Amino acid sequence: MNKREFLKDAILFFPAAATLQALAPAAEGSAETAKTPADYDATRHWYGMGVDVDKCIGCNRCVEACKAENDVPEEPFFFRTWIERYQIHENGETTVECISTRAAPPEQAEPEDPSVVRTFFVPKLCNQCAHPPCVQVCPVGATFQTQDGVVLVDAERCIGCRYCIQACPYGARYLNPKTRTADKCTFCYHRITEGLLPACVEVCPTEARIFGDLKGKADRLVRFHRVNQISVLKPDLNTEPKVLYAKLDGEVR
Amino acid sequence: MRLPEQVKRLGFVLAAIVAMVLLLRFVILPPSMFSAKPHQAAAVVREMAKPVHHAGVAACRECHEEQFQEKYGGAHRKIGCENCHGPSAAHAADENAEKPPRPREREFCLRCHAYDAARPNGFPQVDPQQHNPRKKCLSCHEAHDPVPPKNPQECGGCHGRIERTKALSTHALVACATCHAVDERHMTEPRLALPTKPGSREVCGQCHAPGSTDPAASKAVVDMAKHGGTYVCWECHYAHLPEGRK
Repeated sequence: MNKREFLKDAILFFPAAATLQALAPAAEGSAETAKTPADYDATRHWYGMGVDVDKCIGCNRCVEACKAENDVPEEPFFFRTWIERYQIHENGETTVECISTRAAPPEQAEPEDPSVVRTFFVPKLCNQCAHPPCVQVCPVGATFQTQDGVVLVDAERCIGCRYCIQACPYGARYLNPKTRTADKCTFCYHRITEGLLPACVEVCPTEARIFGDLKGKADRLVRFHRVNQISVLKPDLNTEPKVLYAKLDGEVR
Repeated sequence: MRLPEQVKRLGFVLAAIVAMVLLLRFVILPPSMFSAKPHQAAAVVREMAKPVHHAGVAACRECHEEQFQEKYGGAHRKIGCENCHGPSAAHAADENAEKPPRPREREFCLRCHAYDAARPNGFPQVDPQQHNPRKKCLSCHEAHDPVPPKNPQECGGCHGRIERTKALSTHALVACATCHAVDERHMTEPRLALPTKPGSREVCGQCHAPGSTDPAASKAVVDMAKHGGTYVCWECHYAHLPEGRK
């Protein structure tokens, strides 16, 4: 190819590309709307979860249900939600143990420590922050907040750099060893958009977890928010979590 | 002032390059190259399309209304079906698919009901070592409506000590009537109609002789002709706690 031919082709190439480009969005748009459930309007929701700490019995069923629902690796150290046991001692010291990392509950009840003045369970999960630090730090825009307030990870964009895992103040993320991408609680996005409850809420035997829509005026979660003294985890970070804790001990971090 | 010809030409070239870059940025290249929005929309669609594994109580209720009502009247009313029966969306979609499991072991109930100091006050808990350790929970409690059995129980109402001892032994599941014949009158006038007691080695032999058909006794089969000579069994073994020392 000589110089003249090259220039001719180049002159033809750009208008052709522009024409294709003008056609492309139309095709792309129609494909998207066909796949999305038509009756679901994300802008009308703002999802959150309420956790009544006094009701949690630490049975770990939520963790198992979450793993079954979301294909989380079986190993006990990968989880999207987990339960912590807090023990407050006489001398003011607090010990925290994650009971979800134990493969099986112990055969025999451990002898009670007489120095413990209070002990309780705290279920934890992604706080679905209104101002999520993990979204800010993602270098490729793979993690983002949906219009209904859920923070998702796009596994096809995620490069597995673990920056978001470092940035999350709640330790809610892990690197999925199968996909090599960051993974986290999605409030069971595939369920809630169909009108079902997240799997952990579905199986919780004591209704310690309440799922709802903070935009719904008569919603259960809105009532939960109104009638309880609500605390969130690490409020000083201004992440504005949407996981609302009731009757939370001041020692919980 | 007149610009030299070279500067003008250079100006045209620069203007052309700038125009080209602007054209490339705003017209030719798709906006999705500079915005994450289209990718995110696609990711949301992918997320929504993920398979559902837990069907939810409403789906279970469509076919199992009876069990739902039974559960709804009892202390387990707040517990979703799939808490015990596991994720059942496949079964809900097709009733011929594999049936969800029905957990029957003690360990399963104890995951919620074993004593743990961190559990909330008032939550029903038992000490697994003390509370009928050899019995299955389901032998006394109905899982859908777990009311505790009424007190006093049949023999345990008066013979509580024997019953509690037996409950810890390998004879836990042997009913009192297996060895004792109890007259109806014993309930109202206990002294006037005493229950029978085993009178011979053959009573124990029903289960412990070599030809016995009871699989539970197979671990303690003895040759009745040789074992123990002329003694009767309960001279060495206490029938309510046979593994203990007499």
